[in-house]
Amino acid sequence: MVAAPPIDEVWAWLADVPDPEIPIVSVVDLGIVRDVRYEREASGEERLHVTITPTYSGCPATTMIRANIETALHEHNVTEYALDITLTPPWSSDWIGAAAREKLRSYGIAPPQERASTRGISIARETASAAIACPRCASVATSLVSAFGSTPCKALYRCNACLEPFDHFKCH
Amino acid sequence: MIATEPLVALLLRLGDNALILGQRLGELAGKGPIVEEDLAMSNVSLDLLGQARAWLTYAGTCEGRGRDEDAFAFFRAPHEFTNVLLVEQPNGSYAETIARQFLFDTWHFYVLQGLASSSDPHIAGIASKAVREVAYHVRRSSDWVIRLGDGTEESHARMQRAIDDLWTYTGELFADDAVDTELAERGIGVLLAPLQAPWRAHVGSTMTEATLAMPADGFMRTDGKRGVHSEAFGYLLAEMQSVRRSIPGDRW
Repeated sequence: MVAAPPIDEVWAWLADVPDPEIPIVSVVDLGIVRDVRYEREASGEERLHVTITPTYSGCPATTMIRANIETALHEHNVTEYALDITLTPPWSSDWIGAAAREKLRSYGIAPPQERASTRGISIARETASAAIACPRCASVATSLVSAFGSTPCKALYRCNACLEPFDHFKCH
Repeated sequence: MIATEPLVALLLRLGDNALILGQRLGELAGKGPIVEEDLAMSNVSLDLLGQARAWLTYAGTCEGRGRDEDAFAFFRAPHEFTNVLLVEQPNGSYAETIARQFLFDTWHFYVLQGLASSSDPHIAGIASKAVREVAYHVRRSSDWVIRLGDGTEESHARMQRAIDDLWTYTGELFADDAVDTELAERGIGVLLAPLQAPWRAHVGSTMTEATLAMPADGFMRTDGKRGVHSEAFGYLLAEMQSVRRSIPGDRW
């Protein structure tokens, strides 16, 4: 193994690992990578720990994401590491930064508009939630087709102006 | 009932509820009435399976006998499953599928909301994650109850009948036993009886909006948590476990 890489460098490698379902954004963009740090082992050696969190409990991409992160570490000759999974604090779409939201939009996926932390967790029926803008023509004359889309994190919408269907990354 | 440490018993109940309903919904994959519903049911099923894996894995850790999620899911006999009877009921018509989902989702939400502040940090972590997903399930199944209840004469009648038929399984949801009481006292679990009021409030207001009548409480069946299941359950398990049991220990 080469000398222990700096933390910043590891973050940069992970920022190049695409999400398997939405490859325009990385696992860092989506807030899946929670932490990169060195921990001192009982043997006195420093060991790299990468902590990730699943987006949805049952997201089938989690296994793939894990494998892709391991591949990235191996490609940079890091073979001694621990890949930890944490559930707390639970992932929310608030972890997706402004730049990543713009990437989603350019890819044809309407990003989450509200902040999940502001909206709270409620079972009240949605009546006047903010209109979702079409990622193609920016019209807000859009309607929900299905609460679930091609992956757990997306809902299916249709634009009433340009008539195109589109995915919306849910506020979660 | 099998003597199990209360904490493990609670985790198995939570895991079994999610696993068995997830399996039921999985039966609809490729068979949904419309493609959007097919996707939706598969997604809800995935959420539940993900949650089941987390609960069962932790049950194995707490039990300390080397059993993992697969051992619990595939190598237990019917009487060792402690899910509530509601979740194992067959899919039936779409009104029945929706009614089962609506009654369970609403209860599931309040249980997870309580468990999110469990004194056991691992339980609080799983519940905090799951409750966000389940809030979405509740909104969706409630929307469907309204759409079908306040729909055509036919859909209204079917939705009403489906809820009437499943009502007998709702009493069990709020019946605390020794496990529930002990864990609630220790701050780990939640008492179920106090959840009935908010559950009735949401179910009632949704049914009113759906122009449906809330059934009166009659005889309630309450044996699922003791491992006594309905006839349909054996068939469900047989299908779910068959591959794993024909080639035990194999990997793919």
